Amino acid sequence: MLWQVDVRPSPRQPDLVGRTLTQDGLDLGLPDGLSIRAARGFLIQGPLSRQQIEQAVGELLCDTVVEEAVFAPVGSPELNDLPAGFHHLVYVLPKPGVMDPVAQSTQAALRDLGLEVEAVRTFRKFWITALGEGQLEQLCSRILANEAIEQVIIGPLRVERLDFGRPYEFHLVRVPIRQMDDQALERLSREGQLYLSLVEMRAIRDYFCQLGRDPTDVELETLAQTWSEHCSHKTLAGPIDYEDENGRRVFRNMLRETIFAATEKIRQALGPNDWCVSVFEDNAGIVRFDDEYHIVFKVETHNHPSAIEPYGGASTGIGGVIRDPLGTGLGAKPICNTDVFCFAPPDTPYESLPPGVLHPRRIMRGVVAGVRDYGNRMGIPTVAGAIFFDPRYLGNPLVYCGNVGLLPRDKARKSPQPGDFIVVVGGRTGRDGIHGATFSSAELTSHSEEISGGAVQIGNPITEKMLVDILLVARDRGLYRGITDCGAGGFSSAVGEMAREIGAVVWLERVPLKYEGLSYTEIWISEAQERMVLAVPPQCWPELEALCRSEGVEATVIGEFRPTGRLELFYQGHQVAHLEMNFLHRGRPAVMRKAVYRPRAEDDRICGDRWPPDYTEDLRRILGSLNVASKHWVIRQYDHEVQGGSVIKPLVGRENDGPSDAAVLRPRLDSYRGIAIACGMNPCYGDFDTYWMAASAIDEAIRNCVAVGADPQQVALLDNFCWGNTDRPETLGSLVRAALACHDMAIAFGTPFISGKDSLNNEFRPAGSEKTICIPPSLLISALAIVPDVRRCVTMDLKEPGNFVYLVGVTRNELGGSHYCLVQGKSCGRVPRVDAPLAGRIFRAMHQAISRGLVRACHDLSEGGLAVAAAEMAFAGGLGLRLFLAQIPSDLTPPGEAQQQVEKWRARWPGEEIHPLSAWPAAVPILLFSESNSRFLVEVRPSDAPAFEALFVGLPCALVGEVTETTYLEIVGLPVPYGQGLPDEEEHLGAPLVIRASLGELKAAWQKPLDW
Amino acid sequence: MGTKPRVLVLRAPGTNCDVETAYAFEVAGAVAERVHVARLLESPQLLRNYQILCIPGGFSYGDDIAAGRILATQLRVHLGEVLAEFCSRDRLVLGICNGFQVLLKAGLLVAPRPEAGIPATLTWNDTGRFEDRWVYLRVVGEKCVFLRGIDRMYLPVAHAEGKFLCRDEATLRQLEAAGQLVLRYALPPCRQGLGGGSLVANQTGLIPFPYNPNGSQGNVAGMCDETGRIFGLMPHPERHIDPTHHPRWTRGEAGPEGDGLRIFRNAVEYFAG
Repeated sequence: MLWQVDVRPSPRQPDLVGRTLTQDGLDLGLPDGLSIRAARGFLIQGPLSRQQIEQAVGELLCDTVVEEAVFAPVGSPELNDLPAGFHHLVYVLPKPGVMDPVAQSTQAALRDLGLEVEAVRTFRKFWITALGEGQLEQLCSRILANEAIEQVIIGPLRVERLDFGRPYEFHLVRVPIRQMDDQALERLSREGQLYLSLVEMRAIRDYFCQLGRDPTDVELETLAQTWSEHCSHKTLAGPIDYEDENGRRVFRNMLRETIFAATEKIRQALGPNDWCVSVFEDNAGIVRFDDEYHIVFKVETHNHPSAIEPYGGASTGIGGVIRDPLGTGLGAKPICNTDVFCFAPPDTPYESLPPGVLHPRRIMRGVVAGVRDYGNRMGIPTVAGAIFFDPRYLGNPLVYCGNVGLLPRDKARKSPQPGDFIVVVGGRTGRDGIHGATFSSAELTSHSEEISGGAVQIGNPITEKMLVDILLVARDRGLYRGITDCGAGGFSSAVGEMAREIGAVVWLERVPLKYEGLSYTEIWISEAQERMVLAVPPQCWPELEALCRSEGVEATVIGEFRPTGRLELFYQGHQVAHLEMNFLHRGRPAVMRKAVYRPRAEDDRICGDRWPPDYTEDLRRILGSLNVASKHWVIRQYDHEVQGGSVIKPLVGRENDGPSDAAVLRPRLDSYRGIAIACGMNPCYGDFDTYWMAASAIDEAIRNCVAVGADPQQVALLDNFCWGNTDRPETLGSLVRAALACHDMAIAFGTPFISGKDSLNNEFRPAGSEKTICIPPSLLISALAIVPDVRRCVTMDLKEPGNFVYLVGVTRNELGGSHYCLVQGKSCGRVPRVDAPLAGRIFRAMHQAISRGLVRACHDLSEGGLAVAAAEMAFAGGLGLRLFLAQIPSDLTPPGEAQQQVEKWRARWPGEEIHPLSAWPAAVPILLFSESNSRFLVEVRPSDAPAFEALFVGLPCALVGEVTETTYLEIVGLPVPYGQGLPDEEEHLGAPLVIRASLGELKAAWQKPLDW
Repeated sequence: MGTKPRVLVLRAPGTNCDVETAYAFEVAGAVAERVHVARLLESPQLLRNYQILCIPGGFSYGDDIAAGRILATQLRVHLGEVLAEFCSRDRLVLGICNGFQVLLKAGLLVAPRPEAGIPATLTWNDTGRFEDRWVYLRVVGEKCVFLRGIDRMYLPVAHAEGKFLCRDEATLRQLEAAGQLVLRYALPPCRQGLGGGSLVANQTGLIPFPYNPNGSQGNVAGMCDETGRIFGLMPHPERHIDPTHHPRWTRGEAGPEGDGLRIFRNAVEYFAG
């Protein structure tokens, strides 16, 4: 018997889901008068009586205070009635084989009630008012369902049984690669979704020619996974011939000679104070935290899956990166998440979307919901992040997810031994995510959704939470010697990597499956979520098995590490693969790639689109621009306080709504030692020069940490490169140039890179188009810094009227790529550079000042420059602020005429002090909006001013204003003569207010755009 | 000094505030142990070793179907007897966030009526989404053991399904009259008595979003059973133990210890006599 249970809000309750969907439908352009009602439901299969279903509904499925249920055998007419005024009935169900966590829990809970339930599936159900031809289909595909993972049924539901999977019958597949010519090899690579280059395909062919046999399909897949860009980073860790205006440089391993090399040099220089424990080798970087613990940090991307299924893509992105620290050393406890997203603007018109592209608003909602639901359910606070908008992210959004873990110091190394069991723990294996690793290394097309639906995974956070809970206990009891996550490439990568220096045998039929019908190859490469692979000494296995069973976690021995140097796979007694580890891991031929970089010519134009200027309006526009605008809609949906260690939250200030520079938390509840987490990223600068883009991102990430009180001499960095197709020498060149900056800045700041990841080929090819849309160069720098005592931390909100305000750092003519230019649609000027030695001194002095309690508030200057920082500090603190541009430390040199004019004024008013920039109108927007790096705006009590100033002797630091008791931000411009042309005695010098705005209006401009 | 009371912090798949909740009890002077629900199902008499049962926050069983529903059903079906015995023996039960959802849906705070089911529930926030934000709270009456001597508190909420709703007006009035609706969302102290304006409670007595963060009837943030010894609340007291938990501690607004700690101290002191 197959029962259907519909659950919907009772008549007096609001239909929240229906209401949101109706609004989305109207946004899509569907006719006014549209109304959608929503219900959820269950299909329950089993020999159950009406009475038993009634019991299930009453006790479990329906909350009768707010909901009502209708239940009957599937197909009964009462299930398919249309309420008056509604014309369409639509069901949306997960496609067979797609993870349905609610169905799993429901099935278990119904059985727990003593009901004989064979299978459960959930569905969503909608009633919709009359729509014209094509409109219903549009609504279904754009809003109600995602056909990558769901099926839509219009009209009554007719299902007879809930069965998926058919028994699999073994037959070994061999691929006759030995006879293939180049053309055939290329076709095999493409059609088999191996995404290997011709040179690599030839190497594989030659290897098997030598062996005198053809490979099996699973051998070929294993090689493709292991050699994929995603798993091997062959482009960046390979040879590159690079050329820019400074000459030519040939790398044998680009990453090793730039970013890794910088870390090596820093570690040597630190000597006994080296705090790096493990860098670029394990699943995440490890640094020292205190006498008992290390800190582990990793950031990953999940871009292509998120483009196709934002919710599933983002949730498995966060789920996946949590397993990185968990798979580092012998397993770190996850303590916080970070997330950074890049989307096209949410107001992109629907008409302009190429086929196959989801609307950016839908992508953003889905991605945020995915991170929220996974992170919150895992009980890991999501504490820091950013969102960038640029039209070039339209078909290829970016989703960066990070995770920080806490690792006992004696658990930092793994050492699987021959004879250890290979044990899989956690979720079961299904057809999820087949070809994820190779897919993520390919370009997206409008057909990606069709060919790669299988690459989309849906996660189950509770399975992963149970896995974390049990593994931390097993770790502390010493029940295993090695652990790694089953991520991209599935067992192929996990086992292949762990057994790299040993050898392994795996019996694939032992792997627990979600449903029947998987071939041995599918089992081996499935990217089903929530699985970890352990190396377990045989004597520990009984205890581990019992421990896992005690909390309902599945653990299975699927193989053994053997000292053979070979990877051997068996299925039901048949050998299906037999590869040498050496060929698998070292057989990939290196390909020299060309890279060139031609920096864009610099210009000194200052953009300004109106005369007379209205800087208050410019400030409002920047505050309301999407990159700067408040992200509270996102932040509040994340639990950023679970685990109880929150010290500086992402939103701070008088009303808990100002933008914090970094998050601070205490990893241990019994200690005041903390960590600060922040990020730096600015794709706008990349259009000018990727070297200074990277340098700026590093400066920004570090100064964000310093601004809250972290120690600049204990900052560890992560790099995540998301780039376009690096087969183009100029695209690869822009990346190499950024990597060179990472090397130089890391050394100059003494901040080691400890981990990184790249994602290439982030381009989208619309249907029928020759040209692709390439994302801007997108380097995310994540910073993790030690805060020696969190009780010394400061926040960015102004605290008390009457306090002094200092500007620290040099303001330069650097409006290139600034938000001042961006909101005017202009692209000119010089991109911000970094004077790292000076920046380092400023950071250390700032840290001294904060540690000594001399600072009441501190905010870094970034997008929008001084004006935006000042506005944010003022409205976050609910206090007025008056600043004087004439006091700002700058290195500006006015043009000749302006200098001469100043000389004339000085002659005219010999007794007055005339500011050298007074006669140069362009100085005002530069001082207000330049995005020069390494700057802070700082609030200091007058009584602490002497001590504060003493720390900055010899450094650019000036008293530029004061906190006022008003509710206004006022910025006073440079003094200029007034009343010219009037009789001499009426001419006078005066400084105009260049910005005056109420805090309320500034805050409203900042909060409104993304207040969804 | 008497012996420290023992707390069983119940853990189920998806529970995620158990560590910091156990820590809060320890700071308050109890001995807290985190115990998996499977252990309790294997040997229900285990509960007899404890004076306090705490169901902490999280997403038990993923909050699949509805928040707290599956764990509530488990407690009711498999542990009903031992829980009834525990409650009858002058013990304390605390449910925080997901734990409150579990206690209410398991019928431990207000007994289900045979003909009509559960008289009150916690359902979706009016905003329709999960939100993490700090709320002002005020204590009503003196019935609840956990709230003794407390007048106001400032604590964070972090939930999607925290809207307290009774089946009908009569139920609400009855719970109110019985003094069980002990914890209410409140306006910030500085905003009291402004008179007029949108901040003042409307005719239904509801204070506006975000002060009442989910649209709860009667601004209810927490309630206790008839004895005052079983208490459930949506806000997280374990997240305001240390002064640095306060969102504005850098503004000097935090006290010497977090407001939430008093709830745990009250529980410990109940057994001190």
